[in-house]
Amino acid sequence: MAKDEKSVNRRNFLRDGLWGGCLAALGIVAGASARRNRKKELVWQIDPYKCIACDRCATFCVLEDSAVKCVQLYDICGYCDFCPGYFELGATVLEAGAENELCPTGAIKRTFIEDPYYEYDIDETLCTGCAKCVKGCAAFGNGSLFLQVRHDRCLNCNECSIAVACPTGAFKRVGADEPYLLKKVDHA
Amino acid sequence: MKLFSNILIGLAISLILCSRVSGVERFPPPDFTETDHAIPSPTSPGPRQDIYEYIDTAVLLAALGLASYLVLKKRSRRAILALMIFSLLYFGFWRVGCVCAVGSPQNVALSIFGTDYVIPITVVAFFLLPLVFTLFWGRTFCAAVCPLGAVQDLVLVRPVKVPAWAESSLRLLAYTYLGAAILFAATGSAFIICRYDPFISIFRLSGSLNILIFGGCLLLIGVFVGRPYCRFLCPYGVILRNFSRLSRKRVTITPDECIQCRLCEDACPFGAIKKPTTKWPQKEYHIAKKRLVLLLPLLPVLIFLGGWTGKSIKTVTSKAHETVRLAERIYQEETGEVEGTTDASDGFRATGQEISELYEEASNIRAQFGLGGWILGGFIGLVIGVKLIGLSVWRQRTDYEADRASCLACGRCFEYCPREHVRLKKAKEGTGKW
Repeated sequence: MAKDEKSVNRRNFLRDGLWGGCLAALGIVAGASARRNRKKELVWQIDPYKCIACDRCATFCVLEDSAVKCVQLYDICGYCDFCPGYFELGATVLEAGAENELCPTGAIKRTFIEDPYYEYDIDETLCTGCAKCVKGCAAFGNGSLFLQVRHDRCLNCNECSIAVACPTGAFKRVGADEPYLLKKVDHA
Repeated sequence: MKLFSNILIGLAISLILCSRVSGVERFPPPDFTETDHAIPSPTSPGPRQDIYEYIDTAVLLAALGLASYLVLKKRSRRAILALMIFSLLYFGFWRVGCVCAVGSPQNVALSIFGTDYVIPITVVAFFLLPLVFTLFWGRTFCAAVCPLGAVQDLVLVRPVKVPAWAESSLRLLAYTYLGAAILFAATGSAFIICRYDPFISIFRLSGSLNILIFGGCLLLIGVFVGRPYCRFLCPYGVILRNFSRLSRKRVTITPDECIQCRLCEDACPFGAIKKPTTKWPQKEYHIAKKRLVLLLPLLPVLIFLGGWTGKSIKTVTSKAHETVRLAERIYQEETGEVEGTTDASDGFRATGQEISELYEEASNIRAQFGLGGWILGGFIGLVIGVKLIGLSVWRQRTDYEADRASCLACGRCFEYCPREHVRLKKAKEGTGKW
């Protein structure tokens, strides 16, 4: 049998030809796929202008604690006393407390700066990415709170589970050199 | 309280005035007069270091090399099992199943046909290396490197034989899966291999209920039917099995010569051991000849039929693409077929994009699915045709052999061979090492 495999006959010639063909095809496929600029790695990010602040980011991430967190873009923030991202709409007292706050985990910290301005910071260890504050801020405020994929947490899955679940196609791959899509600051 | 009510009135007015909710600056930026508070900027932690990607590639290369050595030279099931467990722990649980060779054809397809996707070099390596190794040494990747194979191999305790006809028919699923995965990836619709990866939830210890049930069922079946995903579903396995047919070296049951003792006959849980056959019986030869005359012209017909079917269902297949789904929804809303809006259609209208643009984009994508459907369907037709022809050709074998395509190089059959025991004994006496 071993002798048969080494001898030159039509079958072995065909097999060798096919073998070489497969190797060449692999080379071509690999070359064609890798022909583009290799410097740019891609990561997942949310386009804040397409995001409708549903709560899918909080639940669809493969991580137990979603890689999507709320980001505060201080440049846009109005530093409101009554922050519609921080307080429940029906809050009667503008004080911290679970009964007044919108955030289910108390991840937003409210700090008095000067009358009537308050600064709002996100504690990412508590934030779940549920986007309740994003909705409030977008509806009644400046929209300075929005969701972003935090790359120190993101596993960069081949197919992002949140991207599959995202209803508006707000998830997209962006270059790793500029991995965040922040809102534009425009003090008109 | 007065300030509060003022704000509420302001809110009400601004709500009426603003049609688009995002990116509207309703309140001016603060004007700090008493303190000199500086406005901070948000942090932007960078992506994780990609040093792991190079480590992954190196580990893959080392594991493939070691697996090939263990299967072909050392012929030790125990060592193969140990490497398999290592791969399961490293690629499966430690690297949580991503990046994997099984899904890599999708990335390759998207980077060839897509417009702005850039494939990471690691993924190219994960696609290429197992295939190259298979061309040289057979499916050693399946044996001990693939974590998906490993998790199934470990649960296989009571193997039952799958009839050949069932095996061949079920394998058609894998060919279809590969074709569909490439079609959906190339059109930028979805990565279905990743989405329906049955074992990833086990590696991540979290996942959606449906996938967990699917994975659990496969493992349950895997207790009796050896490696069901590898044999009947794995899209990468389809490429591997056909490359393995051409491999330079391959797994042999016996280390030297087959004495036809029949001891290995039932050793393979994957039905990959082929019995010796006689010469083509005269009667069957004539039947087969007639069948071949019928099948050869049938091949182009099957390819055409498959292709035509693939094209015809493009309205269904193209629904996999987000843009097509959205365009259909918008069309239904515009024509009044459905009432109300969805998150997706609201989101689209908020962007202010022209509806006609969306329709055009969607019809372009649908046309791609038409062409892709021809290719996918033709491919499936070809696979069926070639299989039918293959069934009509008699293969003569003098010895018990591992089937080149189906052999997963797991090494279970080695110890069944009495010649192997002779070899081991000799080796022990010779070197004193064994």
